[in-house]
Amino acid sequence: MSFSKQVLIAGFGGQGVLFTGKFIAYNGLFEEREVSWLPSYGPEARGGTSNCSVIVSDDPIGSPIVMNPDILIAMNLPSLDKFEDAVVPGGKIFIDSSLIERKVERDDVDVYYIPATQIASDEKLSGSANMILLGNVLKNTDLMPYENVSKVMEKLVPAKRKNLIEINEKAIELGYNF
Amino acid sequence: MSEKVLMKGNEAIAEAAIMAGCRHYFGYPITPQTEIAAYMAKRMPKIDGVFLQAESEIAAINMVIGVAATGKRVMTSSSSPGISLKSEGLSYLAGCDLPALVVNVQRGGPGLGGIQPSQSDYWQATKASGHGDFRRIVLAPASVQEMVSLTFKGFDLADKYRMTSMLLADGTIGQMMEPVSLDMGEVTQYDKSWALTGTGRQRKPNIVNSLFLKPEELEQTNFERYDRYAQIEKNEVMYEEYMMDDAEYCVVAFGIASRVSKNVINEARKKGIKVGLIRPITLWPFPKDALLKAADKCKAFVSVELSMGQMIDDIELSIRCKKPVLLCNRVGGMIPTPQDVMNAVEEAVKIGG
Amino acid sequence: MVVFKKPDSLTNAELSFCPGCTHGIITRLVAEAIDELGIQGTTIGVAPVGCSVMAYNFFDVDMAQAAHGRAPAVATGIKRSDPNNIVFTYQGDGDLAAIGTAETVHAAARGENITVIFVNNAIYGMTGGQMAPTSLPGMVTQTSPYGRDTEKVGLPVKVCELLSNVDGATYLERVAVNSVPNINKAKKAIYKAFKNQVEGKGFSLVEVLSTCPTNWGLPPAKALEWLGENMIPYYPLGVYKDKYAGEEAAK
Repeated sequence: MSFSKQVLIAGFGGQGVLFTGKFIAYNGLFEEREVSWLPSYGPEARGGTSNCSVIVSDDPIGSPIVMNPDILIAMNLPSLDKFEDAVVPGGKIFIDSSLIERKVERDDVDVYYIPATQIASDEKLSGSANMILLGNVLKNTDLMPYENVSKVMEKLVPAKRKNLIEINEKAIELGYNF
Repeated sequence: MSEKVLMKGNEAIAEAAIMAGCRHYFGYPITPQTEIAAYMAKRMPKIDGVFLQAESEIAAINMVIGVAATGKRVMTSSSSPGISLKSEGLSYLAGCDLPALVVNVQRGGPGLGGIQPSQSDYWQATKASGHGDFRRIVLAPASVQEMVSLTFKGFDLADKYRMTSMLLADGTIGQMMEPVSLDMGEVTQYDKSWALTGTGRQRKPNIVNSLFLKPEELEQTNFERYDRYAQIEKNEVMYEEYMMDDAEYCVVAFGIASRVSKNVINEARKKGIKVGLIRPITLWPFPKDALLKAADKCKAFVSVELSMGQMIDDIELSIRCKKPVLLCNRVGGMIPTPQDVMNAVEEAVKIGG
Repeated sequence: MVVFKKPDSLTNAELSFCPGCTHGIITRLVAEAIDELGIQGTTIGVAPVGCSVMAYNFFDVDMAQAAHGRAPAVATGIKRSDPNNIVFTYQGDGDLAAIGTAETVHAAARGENITVIFVNNAIYGMTGGQMAPTSLPGMVTQTSPYGRDTEKVGLPVKVCELLSNVDGATYLERVAVNSVPNINKAKKAIYKAFKNQVEGKGFSLVEVLSTCPTNWGLPPAKALEWLGENMIPYYPLGVYKDKYAGEEAAK
């Protein structure tokens, strides 16, 4: 069966929602798959709620708007409230449980609770909760292989910000091993 | 073939324009297309180009007129309210027979409207873009790759026919990222002996002008311009057909609406509904012949639009109202959902029988 | 020996101005400056909308015709396309000081290296004599038939004074063409405004007080007197800004 994954990442502006989406999209590009990345834009992308649709597929992509994600990464409560019901049956929801206290109500999806913001704070990786969540996505889905992380990071983060590369890679590793 | 890169639609327009030889950009900030200006501001100084943020949309389009008059490739970009301000300049560009590329990354209107995607400037782009009798080539990209290829094409057609090309995109295609190849091939050069370059006291002055006080002369310039337009209608129509070979129902959509429609067509086919898509790539010239041909075998049409129903007029005219045309639309920044489109297709099946 | 001839930079086209109008003098002064600087082959002009709308027929140089008020923006595009060319606009008061105020102020603010010839005759001539932004208080026009009522429509715009506060402007001078001495001064100012551009000094504007016998309802000679008695007191002649004045004096 051909590969096709629809991912929705949602949170506050500044949590790295768009960057997380780009990470997944770039990996798709490396794997020579069809890729689309679509942000919400405008004032709400500058500090309010922000979300990002990413599709990675072996087939040509029609609409780039993810209505029913296979994978939802929810980084705040409004995002979970808004998108929980949209996830396809059998889909997977990844939750930053440091910021979202409630549990997912559905029982036809797999849910992963990761206290990403807390881990980031404990490990002095502040601002990297998104990468911790992504690490866990890598472990629990076939979205992208862990081996590709360094290669994608290299493409996305300029070499002169080596420090940032290390922080991000450590965050992904922590999430993967959570 | 060059390596594919991930680019935002707006940035892809800017880079494609540079590859097409455009070294002059004039603009004014407005969401959702400001990335084009930002990209140009970064790139132009590095390649001896000119980026200038004008005091208004009106000034920007007139600066475009100035560069176009000198025979160089030039562009401006804006979003709906800004394009309204440029209307005067667009009419002068036509009246002076000047080539230029104008990008409209549409948002919802009227008035200040919103900032989310829209296709409600279809009429403005294809029909009512300024005073006087004139046409404009209107190109409607549906992917980031087409943002590149149609920008390139837009400059070429503008030079070839000495007129304005408009890239009519929407906020979704402008903001999204997709892998693109920037390999567009050679830029064709056209004769521009009409350009204002200074006479060097070697030739008669060139005059770039739209004023003709003698009615006979003004009529003649209009006739000549429309002869050129007729050539364009004959030679430059572009559209895509998707699953039209055996189609009994035809969806017509462009830009982001066509992408949603493709998903629905795939789903409808699974249900046994023989539906296809005609996607106009040039909105002017409109693919009239393809639609008229489709009207022979299709029982009904569905126009999917992010407007209150604008392209639907051109569909009905093209098929000479031979078959029913249904409208499936969302406005104000909303995009028709796959369910909206599926409902419309199923309605078409009911009506078409 | 030829002592007087048509400047090379003028075509043979008959000027379309009314008899006695001073536009013709100003047009000639511009052509003389272009000749004297030897820049005819590299000069590109921009015609406005107004009485000088057909300036593209009068100057023997490449010309563009701009929309009402937009000449400075069109000139900006032309200049930025090839900064080696000498670009000028020729505009009236309605064009420059009403509908094109933004384009004028911002071309000056950018220090755009162009030359602007601003013809101020205090009235809209081409459309038949309506109130201009520079019409004098109390002045009777078609759209101020009881005289310009400053309580209702405000006071005239003084362009040189306004632009003198714009840091980007290089050279601003107001001259008049109502007498031979004044015409000589106008000629020097126009020459300087072009020379500045040749030397890359930036935005130069010469405001030329001009007559409109037809719409003022005066015989040409009386119109010249009216200009001297009414316009010059309200719009004082002189240099309003000259960024390089000190430098030139030192030479």
